[in-house]
Amino acid sequence: MAEAVQSPEMEEFLASGSPVVEFDNVSIGFEGHEVLSNVSFTVAHGETRVLLGPAGGGKSVLMKLANGLVDPDSGEIRVFGRSLRKMTQKEMFEMRAHVGMVFQESALFDSLNVEDNVAYRLVEERVDPKEIRERVLEALRFVELEQVIDKFPSELSGGMRRRVSIARAIISKPDLILYDSPTGGLDPITSTTIMELVIKQRDVSHTTCLLITHRLQDAFTLATHRFNPQAKRVESIPDKGIDPSTKFLVLNEGHIVFDGTTLELTHTKDPWLREYME
Amino acid sequence: MRLISPEAYAKTIVASVQEYSLLCARAVANIFSRPRYMADIFTQMDSIGVGSLPIVVLTGFFTGCVLALQAAVSLKEFGAVNMTGELVTLSMVKELGPVLTGLMVSGRNASGMASELGSMKVSEQIDAMRALGTDPTRKLVTPRLVATVFMLFFLTIISDACGIAGGAFVSVTLLKLNAATFFHTGYMSLQHGDVIEGLVKPIFSGFIIATVGCYYGLKTTGGTRGVGKSTTQAVVASSVIIILVDFLVTQAMIGLFGR
Repeated sequence: MAEAVQSPEMEEFLASGSPVVEFDNVSIGFEGHEVLSNVSFTVAHGETRVLLGPAGGGKSVLMKLANGLVDPDSGEIRVFGRSLRKMTQKEMFEMRAHVGMVFQESALFDSLNVEDNVAYRLVEERVDPKEIRERVLEALRFVELEQVIDKFPSELSGGMRRRVSIARAIISKPDLILYDSPTGGLDPITSTTIMELVIKQRDVSHTTCLLITHRLQDAFTLATHRFNPQAKRVESIPDKGIDPSTKFLVLNEGHIVFDGTTLELTHTKDPWLREYME
Repeated sequence: MRLISPEAYAKTIVASVQEYSLLCARAVANIFSRPRYMADIFTQMDSIGVGSLPIVVLTGFFTGCVLALQAAVSLKEFGAVNMTGELVTLSMVKELGPVLTGLMVSGRNASGMASELGSMKVSEQIDAMRALGTDPTRKLVTPRLVATVFMLFFLTIISDACGIAGGAFVSVTLLKLNAATFFHTGYMSLQHGDVIEGLVKPIFSGFIIATVGCYYGLKTTGGTRGVGKSTTQAVVASSVIIILVDFLVTQAMIGLFGR
């Protein structure tokens, strides 16, 4: 995918070096059960933040909070420097135009075919139909699924649906991508394909992203691999190198138990973290 | 089974009424601002209006038939069997046409809306729509509201006509009455107030069917079981509210037109 075309305000914001996503003492609960408790962290521009943790730890809720799909009980969330709490509904939809989201179960519209699913946002933005077609093909080429353009989601495998979902998220060239367990429920080979797409997107567009995964190997693949544009494939970073833009956040029972770099995570002394990683 | 305190139960009901009212207000407000999803409105008109035509025609026709048969039995005792046309026409136009059409369309479409939107909700398609910058109320609820109100109005007129035709069919073939007398007495019995009453009711019913169906669909939780529950609740709630509002509108119309 080509470099994102940004509005002057967005360019100015991104150049300022301020965090793209900022959580400040955010708490949320459902039916008396606290899901996230005083969560604070930031995601810098160009950073890939991997969210790890056991199931039921509040990772998906955190992702929905970041996109304003649910409101926190307390605390402040700022996306692109603006507080979600202070945004009107219209402003919220405008903010989401800069955010791409890949859902846990793909969440493709089952009554629309792949082309219409991927084109959805552009159709809503009333982009010229000829341009829509070109951009849909470009996005599908990126996820290597051009051949399924006329198929419906029910005709696709789980991995294909996830890739179409990625194409739908990146078609508008967003400034922030939220991946909610993109490899969840997939076989190892398909998971590797999906992770390669995430790495390719990271290294080609340098888009800020927040990614949830249950698979540690996926998280470390992100940290230790890069996309080689000459060879057009994903490869290990030479000399056991680590991608500096990939950082980790580990959640357990609604609390942040780790926030730091790959090296800090691998050298942690925290007994719970060591047990979790082993 | 977990027992809920009366206070918590009352709060749940008040919260539901508040959510429903907000949804209705937003759905109506969306009509007056852009973007408008005209293609979705026409698709829903086809699905709700044209799709409901067979059941509305059959229900209306056979209701008219039964009404003529039942009315003739009672009217015969007073030697007024020639008034069958009047009774069938007035009953169909003022009451049975609007209410039965509302209930039939409710059974078919409130359930359809609740299950469609409910399935979208549990499979995160509603969240995906919001994440893609589309307001689900504007895209999903408003087109259904406009289409249901518009099409139910015409479906009721068709139902009235079919009911009167059914009554005429039974009166002529089984009761051996004169067709001209049937239609003449029926036509002469109708006043402006009766027709207005019969045409105001479907506007309310259409509003109830669309908003209740969409409301239950959008608040669905708990997977496929939740979808089934929402569908049932949507049909039950919309049917009850249609009859309740029918009573209130009838009362208001009697106050306005004196009959």
